[in-house]
Amino acid sequence: MPNWPELCTIGTNGLLIRFGDQLSEPANRAALAFRAAVEREGWSGVEETSTSLVSAYLRVDPAFPDMDALEARTLALMASRDWFAEPLPEGRRLWRVPTVYGTDLAPQLEEAADVAGLSVAEAIATISGTQVRVQTIGFAPGQPYLGALPEAWNIPRQTALTDKVPIGALTVAIRQLTLFSVSTPTGWRHVGQTGFRAFRPDADDPFVLRPGDEVLFQETTPEQYHRYQDAGDPDGGAVAEQIA
Amino acid sequence: MTATLTVLQCGPGVTVQDQGRPGYLAYGLSRGGATDLLALAEGAALLGQSPELAAIEMAGMGGVFDVSEDVVIALTGALMKADCDGTALRWNASHMVPKGSRLTIGAAREGVYGYLHVAGGVDAANRLGARSAHLAAGIGKPVKAGDMLAIGSEAGSAQAGLKLDPDARLSGGMVRIVPSLQTASFASEELTRFEATGFKRDPRGNRMGVQMTPEGPGFESREGLSVLSEIIVPGDVQITGNGTPFVLMSECQTTGGYPRIGSVLACDMPKVAQAQPGTEIRFQFVSLEEGRDLVLRALREWAGLGKRCTPLVRDPHDIPDLLSYQLISGAIAGDET
Repeated sequence: MPNWPELCTIGTNGLLIRFGDQLSEPANRAALAFRAAVEREGWSGVEETSTSLVSAYLRVDPAFPDMDALEARTLALMASRDWFAEPLPEGRRLWRVPTVYGTDLAPQLEEAADVAGLSVAEAIATISGTQVRVQTIGFAPGQPYLGALPEAWNIPRQTALTDKVPIGALTVAIRQLTLFSVSTPTGWRHVGQTGFRAFRPDADDPFVLRPGDEVLFQETTPEQYHRYQDAGDPDGGAVAEQIA
Repeated sequence: MTATLTVLQCGPGVTVQDQGRPGYLAYGLSRGGATDLLALAEGAALLGQSPELAAIEMAGMGGVFDVSEDVVIALTGALMKADCDGTALRWNASHMVPKGSRLTIGAAREGVYGYLHVAGGVDAANRLGARSAHLAAGIGKPVKAGDMLAIGSEAGSAQAGLKLDPDARLSGGMVRIVPSLQTASFASEELTRFEATGFKRDPRGNRMGVQMTPEGPGFESREGLSVLSEIIVPGDVQITGNGTPFVLMSECQTTGGYPRIGSVLACDMPKVAQAQPGTEIRFQFVSLEEGRDLVLRALREWAGLGKRCTPLVRDPHDIPDLLSYQLISGAIAGDET
């Protein structure tokens, strides 16, 4: 990958380190590893870091006196190793999240299966059977983007937005799943419903999932889903185990 | 006992705001905070207190309030009609609101976001390191009639009767931008046309983003809509599917895949925030170095606003009931120790 990574600026006090212009597993891993390295080194002037799908972002104190030196330091770190060969973050977990596919709880399963050229049974089998990884947290607090689904799921977003999906909605587009942490309009198709709250503003740990975590969206019944809801379980019956 | 500010009535867009909640971008939570950070700094300067304290942000319409103790307040941002028990209060100034009196703040005449600051700050619950409501994330709630807001006890040396002439920013005009992630994917003629175009602030706008409707056709990047989702920072000007720009505000989403044509300087964001629907905005590119310099200088000025506060001297001709004033209350008997 000769052209990557590249360094760009965003706003007057942001640096963006891109590891590609397409989503790929190595580029996603590289971005996570780069951000972790900057955090470990605790660079003066850097107030905050984050990642998106294949890029890392450094927010710099606007009063930091020497942006040139900071850019040079960033370039040196970029060149210091093969980021695409770096391992995934440590402390990763596998989550099994009970999910109702279809029914009036997730009304776009049939439509999504149709666009993907799958039967409804195949659609459920391919989504619930793929152990997907949290590629990034974004858009809304704690909200994970997960992938990659099999190639059949390389379907576009809808052109028109769905007015509102509920919290815990599992949605699909472009070989990715998103699990909504807030109730919001979206162009992604709503294929499953979980009782999992990815953002818990009053909890000690408000953001439950981390990039690198893996998830199985296991099929459950509406009855079981409602039991979790009635019990007020913010995990919606999900269980986690350490994998790395 | 903690002093409280009781809300008797208020508009629909009233929230508690401070400088926001930095540090959670990696978790998908944008910083949020006051839409007009300069107005927050002005209020802090008028009250001689930290700009980190929370104030009440009022979008378009204020409210009616009373206080449980004598409280010094300051009013900044969008110009709103204000009075205390019928006595008009000057905007961009600090005032004493005596216990039991009624503070009434009306609709915005110029600008969008008005701010009511209290000495000691609004002591709303601290959640994830800040007191500001972030409604898009479900943190906090709008202020509503019946709310009793605690006032912080660290009231320092707040002084009623100070005024500050604010930097003009309520009626749109030129907004400076630096190149951003996808600027280079717009043809140079598109960029030239972008700078030459007048935009009207659209009614579609809130704390997340503001649409700017061009007077001519929309704008198109060579990458179209195939941009992979990347970090968004407040000030980014994203070009949506139909070619219309949106300026992203403090409560924006943290990532997005629409091409960004540029990014508004932090020091010019108050101008974007305060433009009422229909107000004309124009964009002008500056280099990254110039942009950094302008932001730095503005931040230094904002930090030194206290030095620009001056006593509010009233012209006796403007005081209708002059003779009812106790004009010699400052006199002393001479035997005080």
